[in-house]
Parts: sequence; C-alpha cells; structure tokens
Amino acid sequence: MSEKIYKIVNARLLLNHEIVENEYLWFQHGKIIHPQNLFFDAHRDADEIIDAKGLIVAPGFIDTQINGGYGIDFADNEGSVEKIQQDINTVAKGLLQYGCTAFCPTVVSSAPAVYSKVLPLLNQRKGSVQGGAEILGAHIEGPFISVEKKGAHDQTVFRNAKNGISDFDDAYGPELKKGSKAISIMTVAPEIDGVADCIPDLVKRGITVAMGHTACRIAQAEEAVKQGATSITHLFNAMQAFHHRDPGLVGVLGAADLPIPSSQIGHPASSLTSPSRNKPDPRPFYGIICDGVHVHPNSVRIAYYSHPNGAVLVTDALSAMGLPKGTYTLGGREVEVDESGACYVKGTSTLAGCTVTIDDCVRNFQRFTNCSQVEAIEAATLHPARLLGIEDRKGTLNVNADADFVFLDDSTGELRVKRVFVAGEEIALVNGLV
Amino acid sequence: MRLVIRQDYDEVSDWVAHYIKERILQFKPTKDRPFVLGLPSGSSPVGCYQRLAKFCKSGQLSFKHVITFSMDEYVGLPREHSQSYYSFLWKHLYQHLDIPSENINMLDGNAPDLDEECRRYEAKIAQVGGIELFVGGIGPDGHIAFNEPGSSLTSRTRVKTLAYETIIANARFFDGDVSKVPKLALTVGVATVMDAREVCIIIVGAHKSVALAKCVEEGVNHMCTVSAIQLHPKGLIVCDEDTTLELHVKTVKYFKSIEHVHQSLIGKENLSLQGQVISAKGATIGITRPREDQEDPKDTKEDEDHDEDRPSKKKKED
Repeated sequence: MSEKIYKIVNARLLLNHEIVENEYLWFQHGKIIHPQNLFFDAHRDADEIIDAKGLIVAPGFIDTQINGGYGIDFADNEGSVEKIQQDINTVAKGLLQYGCTAFCPTVVSSAPAVYSKVLPLLNQRKGSVQGGAEILGAHIEGPFISVEKKGAHDQTVFRNAKNGISDFDDAYGPELKKGSKAISIMTVAPEIDGVADCIPDLVKRGITVAMGHTACRIAQAEEAVKQGATSITHLFNAMQAFHHRDPGLVGVLGAADLPIPSSQIGHPASSLTSPSRNKPDPRPFYGIICDGVHVHPNSVRIAYYSHPNGAVLVTDALSAMGLPKGTYTLGGREVEVDESGACYVKGTSTLAGCTVTIDDCVRNFQRFTNCSQVEAIEAATLHPARLLGIEDRKGTLNVNADADFVFLDDSTGELRVKRVFVAGEEIALVNGLV
Repeated sequence: MRLVIRQDYDEVSDWVAHYIKERILQFKPTKDRPFVLGLPSGSSPVGCYQRLAKFCKSGQLSFKHVITFSMDEYVGLPREHSQSYYSFLWKHLYQHLDIPSENINMLDGNAPDLDEECRRYEAKIAQVGGIELFVGGIGPDGHIAFNEPGSSLTSRTRVKTLAYETIIANARFFDGDVSKVPKLALTVGVATVMDAREVCIIIVGAHKSVALAKCVEEGVNHMCTVSAIQLHPKGLIVCDEDTTLELHVKTVKYFKSIEHVHQSLIGKENLSLQGQVISAKGATIGITRPREDQEDPKDTKEDEDHDEDRPSKKKKED
C-alpha cells in the first residue's frame, strides 16, 4: 500500500445497485477514496491510470463457507503450527485466482483440541498479494448440530449445550471469547438442548449465528431467528426437506411475522417480498451452493424469488478444490474427483463435498435464476458483507471500502474474471484458471 | 442580443458545447493568456457538460489553459455533500476534464467570513483579467445565478437569501424536502456576470417561457434580473422551441430569419464565430436569391449541430 493514487477509467462500475459508465474509481492506501476533496485541496491528480477497457468492475467476491482447497483441509490439525499456517496461506493465495478476495475458513465439527490448535491461526487477517485473500474470521460449523443431519461430519464429537454458554466455551476454547475477531460465523442446530437460549450471548460477542445441519421444525427455526440467528447454512442441504404442512428451516423464507430488526446491520435489505417495504427484512440470509449438484437449479430459483435479498453464494468447497481429476485421501476417507469437479466418496454416489469455485457459483446462479448481472454479483459480494455486518468496508465500491475488486468480462454472456485486485494491488492471474 | 433557437434540449446542448469548444480553440489559450470561463450549475447545463467531457476525452479540446469560475454555492452545506455545487461540478464536468485543479475557482460556502470570501472572489476574477465567456442558466423567475427578483442590477458577488420559489425549485435535489434546502447562498452579482466580455445563457423548457419572454420583449427590470443582458454588447441566449411559447410570433420569426439570411445569403465563410460579417462579398449577390453554392438551410438543419467543422452555420448578427 503506497501513497500512490490510482484511477480506474473505461470501466463499467457496479455502484448503487447498477452498472454505470462515465464514472471513475479512485483508490489509495488500499481503500476506495473520493477524489473530490483531494483534487480541490491537495491539488492531486491520479498517479496511475488503470484502463479497464470496458470491463465490468465489481467488488471482490466473498466466500463465507469454504473448508479448504488444494489438498488442504482447515480442520486438519496434524503437522506443526508453521505447516498449518503455510497451508492456510496456500489456500488464501489460490482463492484470489477465482476473484475471491475475502473468505471465512470453515472448520467442520471437531474435538476441542483441534479448535485450540487451529482457530488461533484463522483469526481476522487483512488481504494482500503476498498473503492471499482476506480472512474474515473462522466459520465454525458444528459440533452443536443434529446427528440426523450430520452430512459428512463426525458425530462422535457432537454435543449439546445443557450447561449454557459454558458448553460453547468448553467446546471451542479461548478463541470463542474473542468473538468476531476470531469467529465470524457459527452454525448450530436450534433444536439441540440449550442451543437456542445461548444464541443471544453468541450474538453479543459479535458472532453471526447460522442455522444448519438440523432437523428442526418451522417453529423452532423461527424461535431461533427471534433469539438472534441471522443466517441459514447451505439452504436445502443437511436440513429437513420442505414439507407443505411443516416447512422446516426452509420455511423461514416464507415467514411473515418475525419481529422487524431495529438496525439494518446484519440483516437483508427489504425487497418486494419482505414483510415491510421500508424496514430491514427480519428473515435471515441463506447460504446456497450453486454447483448444480447440491441443489437443483429449480430449487435455487424458488428460494431466490421468495427472498432475493437474502441469497448468499457459498462454495462449501472441500480440500479437493483446485486439484485435477483423480483419487485423494481427504479427512481420512478416499474420495474421487471426476471431470466435472464433483467429489464423491470413492466407489459410491455419496457427495463428499464441492470443488466448485465462487466465480462458477456466480455464473451458475445467474443462469439458474435468470437474475440480472448486478443481482448475481451482489449475491457474492454485497449480501455476504451485509451478513457479517461489514458492508462499510467490503462488498461495495463505495468510498472507504477496501480496494478489493474483480474485473469481469461479460462478452460471452457469462461473467468471467479477468483481473483481480486485493487491498489495492493486482494479482497476476495464472492463465487457464479464468 | 443573439437568440439562437434549437429544436430541443439535446440540440441546445450540442450547440452550446460546440460554441464553447470553438471559442476556446479560436482563442488559443496559453499559460500566460488563459481562457477564463464562467460556469453555472443546475439542470440546464448538464447536457452541455456531457458533450464537453466527450470533447475533452476524445482529445478535441483541452482545458489545460482554461480557468473557471463558478456562479454560486450554498452557504453552510459541507463541500462533500452530494448537493453542493462543488460536488455537482465535479461529478458532471471536472472529473472528466484535463483541467488542473489550481485553475478552478469556486465560492466557499463555509468560509468563516462570507463577505471577505465574496471580495476575494471578485479580486481573483480581476486578477486573471476578467471573464471571457460567462455561461449561465436562469430560474423560472428569470433570476441569473442566485440574483433573485429585486436584486440590484449593479450587484457584485455577495450573500443572498433565496426566494421561496427558488427553494421549491431546488427541493427536488434534497429528497423533495423543502426544509432540507439551504436558505442562503453565495452568488456572483448581476454586474459580475455582465462584466464578462460575452454572456451566454441557456434557457430550456416550457416552464421558462415566461421568463424568456420577459427577458427578450420587456424592459430591463430587477424583477427579472437576466434582463440586464439587454445592455450587454455580446449577449447570447440559446433556447429550445418550447421556451419560445410566450414570445410574439414576430420575435421568433425575426431571430430565425437572421440565421436563415446568414446561412443562405451571406455564407458561413463570411461570418465569424461570434456573428460578425467578416466579408461583405456574399451580401452583394442578389439578396432575394439564395446562393447557388449553398444548400437550403432546412435540408442541412439535421447536420448542423452534429457537424463539428461548420461552427459558423450557427451564427447570427448582433
């Protein structure tokens, strides 16, 4: 980050929910600035002009659920602290290639010893070309989740919260007390003993509480939202299927009488389907995996049109992301990655996770829902930033936001990442990955 | 006074932008002899500014040696406020130009001593040799800059309280809330504008037609301050068809006929940019018969404003 002032010209900028031409983007010190006062007072003009050549310039993508990549699993606690740190950097750097400039490294249900070792290394960390995408804090998925909906998690470490918040501190160790600095999101099942009552305490620590891997009914889900849960983890996956008389967690998208939040922070903006047109939407955000495999495209579309401003694109990528087709041992299991990137437990048709990348998700999402370019991009930028309450510095191209951008080419009808900047510096993209 | 009438807002914007461009190019400004331009804010000049930005970006026009003075600014509004005239001119014009920031002069509505600020501004105008061309718009009540009805026609830059009609007209930029509009403004005076060597006023829209009629056909009157242009040796008003609705048919026909005479009888090569006949050659060939080598102006009307190397087609005599 230098004193140099950069100006992006010939770009189509995503500003105020639309793509505009004839506007310029100025940044300095890794932040987007308003050049007006700089120009009039300091008499400074841009030191370097970046020609976007007509490409769309949008905020960098944010992935709030990713378990690893390039053979690395964030829940893997074997090896030295130095090796784990290096592994994290490898993934963070690799993610930049897909336009992901900020992410929440996700740790699946693990024993307390694992969390003690791994969580301190996943604290918030600013992005840079050398270090990779920004770490927004860890997403701890479990162990306060349902055995019935465990997915690929190890149920032997599951637990309940009969003793209240102390059970949480016990499970995760001292990092939990650091709140949002260390933990940005926690996924819990609201029907587990004692969990719903602890939600307000967790929210007070600055942690975003998400519901997932749960067999809860609609009433339990709505109660959890009233207690402060603001997100749903990978909608449709690892939860009760939608039933017309008991819609379960999915049914929260149709909730009409949840209490309206007093502040916009951490809540979706109102849309045509919100209970109130002017106030924040009381329904939670929902992560959704758009690889075409985890969720049928029609289901994505139904969810989107019932709650457009709540859609948050996630990859839920596994350690096999970024690796070529083949057989790997991951998380103690043998898994196979085929040509399309789908990952199955070897010899079965059981999904073992995703290898999709966030820019793939944006393309798929736009195709599945037929939404506009702006809406597709916002589902991977503005909405995750809103979910984490960091809209003031991430997810937009507004003044004072971090200078994380992607330059997108839409000439083929799909959005393709052409250039990536993190904290105001450009990353060299390896050919063939974009 | 010249009155140039064009079909609609786009044609008016085209004409004025071309005119400013040609004036600057023919002036050939240098560091020691810069072109001093006065600029307005409001909706009237936006189209013109878009075209000036295009000229600058395409390299046809440089603002390196152009010095600008804006007409007015709200008092008490932070400069970064989206509705301040700082922000307006930055957004619509300055951010697209190659103008050096030290060439831009604006009134500071947050100066600790407003009267001193006004004096400073007047002194700066004098220091750079006075304004070569002052571009402006008017309000529905015929005011120029914020010189509301009742302003002295010999006024200089000063603090003004805004008329209620002006506050209502500006409320659309403040969420439609009249209480959010600033009540005071710094403005150049009527005489400050008229001291410029040339004045060009953009008047567009049916809602300005009464003001235009008062300004052109009635007397010099402090209740319609733009009427002071009648006493200016190089006054120019550019308007669209709708704005002429309150003028006498005779007036409109007269100004349109001047253009016709110049184009078809005298010839563009014999007219200067500012309308003076520089050669009487064409005028001696049969006045009632159109020149053989000149096309009928009606056929070329569509090309006029889009044809960049025929600027003098738009000229008229004083």
